[in-house]
Amino acid sequence: MKKFDKERVLLAVAGPVIALAVAFVLSAIVLIASGKNPVEPFAIMFEQAGFSDIQVLIVNQASMYYIAALAVAIGFRMNLFNIGVDGQYQLGAMMAAIVGAHANLPAFLQVPLLLLTAVLTGAFWAGIAGVLKVTRGVSEVVATIMLNAIATSLIVYMWKPDVFGVKIGNNSTTGEMHESGWIPGIDMGAAGEIYGLLVLAVLLGIGYWVVLNRTRFGFDLRASGASESAASASGVDPKRMVLTAMLLSGAIAGLAGLPILLGDSHTYNLNFPTGIGFLGIGIALLGRNSPVGIAFAALLWAWLDKASPELDFHGYDKEIAVIMQGLIVLSVVVSYEAVREWGLRRQQRRVGAELAAGHVLGADNNTTKEVAGR
Amino acid sequence: MANHDIHLTVRKGTVHALVGENGAGKSTLMKILYGMQKPDEGTITIHGEQVSFSSPADAIVRGIGMVHQHFMLADNLTVLENVVLGSERLHGIGGRARRRIKELSDRYGLGVRPDVLVEELGVAARQRVEILKVLYRGATTLILDEPTAVLVPQEVDALFDNLRELKAEGLSVIFISHKLGEVLSVADEITVIRRGTTVGTAVPAETTPRQLAELMVGSELPTPETAESTVTDRPVLTVDKLRLAAPGGKALLDDISFTIHAGEVLGIAGVEGNGQTELVDALIGLRHADSGTIRLADEEITSWATRRRREQGIGYIPEDRHRHGLLLEAPLWENRILGHVTEKPNAKGVWLDPKAAQEDTRRIVRTYDVRTPGIDVTAASLSGGNQQKLIVGREMSHKPRFLIAAHPTRGVDVGAQAAIWDHIREARREGLAVLLISADLDELIGLSDTLRVIYDGKLVADADPATITPEELGTAMTGAAEGHLEHDETPETPADPSTSAESPEDEAR
Repeated sequence: MKKFDKERVLLAVAGPVIALAVAFVLSAIVLIASGKNPVEPFAIMFEQAGFSDIQVLIVNQASMYYIAALAVAIGFRMNLFNIGVDGQYQLGAMMAAIVGAHANLPAFLQVPLLLLTAVLTGAFWAGIAGVLKVTRGVSEVVATIMLNAIATSLIVYMWKPDVFGVKIGNNSTTGEMHESGWIPGIDMGAAGEIYGLLVLAVLLGIGYWVVLNRTRFGFDLRASGASESAASASGVDPKRMVLTAMLLSGAIAGLAGLPILLGDSHTYNLNFPTGIGFLGIGIALLGRNSPVGIAFAALLWAWLDKASPELDFHGYDKEIAVIMQGLIVLSVVVSYEAVREWGLRRQQRRVGAELAAGHVLGADNNTTKEVAGR
Repeated sequence: MANHDIHLTVRKGTVHALVGENGAGKSTLMKILYGMQKPDEGTITIHGEQVSFSSPADAIVRGIGMVHQHFMLADNLTVLENVVLGSERLHGIGGRARRRIKELSDRYGLGVRPDVLVEELGVAARQRVEILKVLYRGATTLILDEPTAVLVPQEVDALFDNLRELKAEGLSVIFISHKLGEVLSVADEITVIRRGTTVGTAVPAETTPRQLAELMVGSELPTPETAESTVTDRPVLTVDKLRLAAPGGKALLDDISFTIHAGEVLGIAGVEGNGQTELVDALIGLRHADSGTIRLADEEITSWATRRRREQGIGYIPEDRHRHGLLLEAPLWENRILGHVTEKPNAKGVWLDPKAAQEDTRRIVRTYDVRTPGIDVTAASLSGGNQQKLIVGREMSHKPRFLIAAHPTRGVDVGAQAAIWDHIREARREGLAVLLISADLDELIGLSDTLRVIYDGKLVADADPATITPEELGTAMTGAAEGHLEHDETPETPADPSTSAESPEDEAR
């Protein structure tokens, strides 16, 4: 049986490796086409990854990417495309910031309160799309895109001074949060601090794996994603599963902005990072919806983000990193599908060969039986 | 193997019917003729010239056109647009194309109006558009795959008039059907397919539906006979006046009542599409009845969800195992969990128990002789027969009180078939109640203790499997006989199948 396990690992790794190789080559071609050295920018970016302060930046950025990508991945596992992670995490962070600025409980209550606020806000926002899909058949893709736009307007509204906003210079903020809600970072000396909520990202990753692979609910969710018809015949209520998965995805999405909110900015202002939800889609794709894969993908993305500014100092455009992220997503989609089909066909052939060679499970017990199925 | 040793000769200017049971291999043969699938051996000759098709485009060039059972038309385009789509080079997309469509429509009496939106057309009119589409591309041989399945009797007559026009103009038509009355009324020649091979030809003028049914059903199989009766008087499943309507209000199931006792196999015979799928869906809980009740032993389960029904002992061997029975890209042991995720040995509380599930999968693989190198391979890499054995093993492992077996041996080779029959028989001895739906009449007659015939959503007839023959059952399946089917030919029974079988007009539907 070892052979098939090795095969699975090979198939799991082949997709991303091919995609990354293709993306690197294509980026190099873009560089050559614009008359630049195709190798040096990568060398510069690799060098950046060696500096400890850049490493801290990468890890911090990756912690948020990771949570957002997990939220997207939950949807993907059951064929739901939650494009609304972007709106969900921004609203979640803003609500947490507002609650954090107005409530002042002891830290052991304040922090759970803020996490809960973010979770509920994200789940509520995603839940709207879920309810629309279940009751009215509205595609969750359309609904979540619309909800993103509404979230943006809602945030601008809540920034108004007569709502929850506090103007600091030209910046709109939600006011400084009480210190009981701050989460201390992990001190890395001169390199800076790693967000304390990196721990949350790791715990979410573990939880994601356990729930999906070790619980009845996770099995139902995966079955729904693999074959909706087979899942309903097995007893899954499809509508309930859509709603639950949407709520869960939104709940995790709500947390994506918290590492920086509770660890560094302590307020939700105009400088708060945007677009993490959209990047999460590409990261979840590259990470094949697996918690470990997503971790690598999030680090890769964060590296491209944090190492590329250095390019400007060497006469290259840092946008090459953005081009590369786009190319990775494109090649990932193509290469995964190709690898998947190739893997299925290959396994069918190998099973056929194994059977023909007489390697049948339990063959010792019934050696007399001939091959009955073909 | 889907097809072997097929011999088929279609002459110019004739309607050639191809008949056979569901799964006999008609569709595979047509796919080969239309270039959708490549034959492993054998030849196709057109006008004395040997040809080989690698795609439908090759077949179209050679003048072969196909009208599919499910129409391939874009609703939001006009008839003209649908016809020229993909063949813009022939006559353009404007006036010339419109003239050509009118000309074809008039010549063959199709009555097609080029500028109507397809969504405004009824089923019969859509079918005529499909035929015209094929003629527009220059087809001289038309393949019609079960064209009457979706038509009402008057529309069938109109279609047959069109077909006669076509053959009068020198075109050939291959007409696939399993409705014997229709075949006899429209065909010039008939070829019968059984178990993937041509078993005979017939000339309609000299053939009765009965002879044709005999050819179709054959009798060379190891018959799935059950020995002594194990039927008890303890009802396990009681269905009372079940009704299920389509969104439009048409009844898909109407006034369905039956009782299955412990140790009893109730066989449902019927031509596909007469309500079998809906009945199974209603019993497993995928659709809920509009009225009527379903009881499992003493409990009313009409409003229960699927999962509760399965937990309470309803086993389910689905008609389409790929859609409803398996996760094709998941390993075998996960497929063993499917449908029983809340039950032992798959789960402990809310947690899965992969170790126990894997161990039990190994047991199923051994006991049910699933041919696989291991339990970590995907379900997709097993053959159909082995997939089916896994499903049967899985369902039987939870000691069901009531088993829904829809086409349990469809697409399964003879060896696996016999094994599956054995398992059903064994469970029946232990008091299992079984609802058996099958297109294989030998299987139905051989396994069942009681037989009912479903036609147009109603249970119209019943029969005693000990005395009934496949031919008599086949006649009742076309709706030609009702009530209790008697084998002996006593003239006082009005529903005597032998009398109605001799008058093909009665069963033109």
